[in-house]
Amino acid sequence: MSAEKMAATAEVGAIAVVPTSARRAPRKSDRIAYLYLLPALVVFGAFLLFPLLHGFWISLYDWDGLSPATWVGFDNYVQAIADGALGNAFLHSAILIVFFSVLPICLALLLTGLMTHATKLKGMGFFRVVIFLPQVVATVVVATVWTAIYAPQGVLNQFLSAIGLEAVTRPWLGDFTWALPAVGLIGTWVQIGLCLVLFLAGVSQINPELYEAARLDGAGPVREFFAVTLPGLRPQIAVALTLTVVAGLKSFDLIFVATRGGPGTTTTVPGFEVYRRAFDLNQVGMACTVGILLALVILIVTTVINRIDPGERA
Amino acid sequence: MISKREATLNYLILGFFAVIALFPLLGVLSSALTDPANSSASLTLPDSPHFANFLTAWNQGHFGTYMRSSAIVTVSVVVLASILAILAGYAFATMRFRGQSVLFYLLLLGLMVPSEALIIPLYYDLRDIGLTDTYWSLIFPQIAQSLAFATFWMRNFFRGIPTSLIEAAQLDGATRWGVLWRILVPISKPALLTMSMLIFMWTWNEFLMPLVMITAEDLKTAPLGLAFFQGQHTSQFSLLAAGATIVAAPVVVVYLFLQRHFIAGMLSGAVK
Repeated sequence: MSAEKMAATAEVGAIAVVPTSARRAPRKSDRIAYLYLLPALVVFGAFLLFPLLHGFWISLYDWDGLSPATWVGFDNYVQAIADGALGNAFLHSAILIVFFSVLPICLALLLTGLMTHATKLKGMGFFRVVIFLPQVVATVVVATVWTAIYAPQGVLNQFLSAIGLEAVTRPWLGDFTWALPAVGLIGTWVQIGLCLVLFLAGVSQINPELYEAARLDGAGPVREFFAVTLPGLRPQIAVALTLTVVAGLKSFDLIFVATRGGPGTTTTVPGFEVYRRAFDLNQVGMACTVGILLALVILIVTTVINRIDPGERA
Repeated sequence: MISKREATLNYLILGFFAVIALFPLLGVLSSALTDPANSSASLTLPDSPHFANFLTAWNQGHFGTYMRSSAIVTVSVVVLASILAILAGYAFATMRFRGQSVLFYLLLLGLMVPSEALIIPLYYDLRDIGLTDTYWSLIFPQIAQSLAFATFWMRNFFRGIPTSLIEAAQLDGATRWGVLWRILVPISKPALLTMSMLIFMWTWNEFLMPLVMITAEDLKTAPLGLAFFQGQHTSQFSLLAAGATIVAAPVVVVYLFLQRHFIAGMLSGAVK
């Protein structure tokens, strides 16, 4: 209390530039803050925190959604990790992350290295809007469109036949080997624009003197890229990784519309398993277990990624 | 500044990726304008635009109903989440109270929790209180899921406003409530617009929540309606394309007008 009072006294003397710590210093009757917070906390508590805890609670039971549940403790978790089918779902997610995240980021970095001055181009505004466009289109629409492109009579097979590659045509989303990469490439299509726009904006903020210094040191384009561009883009790479990896892990919409996890279970992902186990297989306890595991994976991955750029965030 | 050769290379690269981004989307538009008699899964170019597909999809394909549901849910979520985030963001930015950081980190947890981890317990909870198959089952959970980002966003913006402005208003006799709504909110318009655009996009495009919560035909949202239409009418490509265009249109049109807000917001690393 006394420390807070001292800060309040200090504030009286402060004039134009108030340091953050002093600015947030207490004034009288700050209990009113709870009233401002109340509506948000009620909705957040009732519709996010409570279901999250309830989900964890259900995950400790063997429950089919109808008959009384049996307490099994962490058995569902042990089983989930031992269960090859679920392991495969997480493996599929890891493969999708290569397509959603690694591929677009590497490609966008390469292209950014090739065009470091692109933001000064005439018409850049137009290109930015167009390249970013797939990000704002509903995933259900994206999946519908690409399902048609990959269809047996679709544009892709038509194009392959036209250039004499009839032999490789196939129903892409119905193929045991190719369905997963085909879905992954949809993710690449969605994420490449985000990465490119992000990195081009980032590169325009790098101090031009750094490039001049590198050139004076006799650096070629390749060394310039690794010495100046890549380190300068660290914050943007962290953001791109967060957004695209999370998108790859939460690919339920895309999978549900494009493949329903098939053929067989070759494209199933954790999010889809949550839905399938709860509503098709009546394994509600296990479904909640998978949901909690997915949340944990996302928590860990985003925390690790944010280590790349510790300077960020308040 | 830029040499001609460099500029040409840049235009080639940008042009290539612009075509890749646009091709599937323009393909849908083109299919949607094709006479249903000539429609196929492959790319079709209409001889003359056949706008009747949109009318058929709107009426017989029920997309009119789906769009109404989506509009009701989205407007409710954007308005309510914005108001709650303004109030909470104001408290976190300008007041000091017991449990402040605990509450703040609890709220930030919401940024990390995927809807897949919530959807099953939410379904049983809402079913028990009779809320499934109502708009509320879509509105409340989506407000909750938007609040983490929205509160964080408003708090950061309010913290950036010079304290002298607030103090001057208080000297003039303004109450806390008055400072918020007469001083802070009006100067936050750009930040508010960016925030509401992101919530609008997330809510409009949401699929899992309505898939689990809604079975009544007239409550289905646009993406849910499209997914069912796609499953049932696999051969009516021009209608499917028209439906897909209708579902994507509101967000795309708003994006074209307010692209700076969308891009800046999403590039800030915002996740629902």
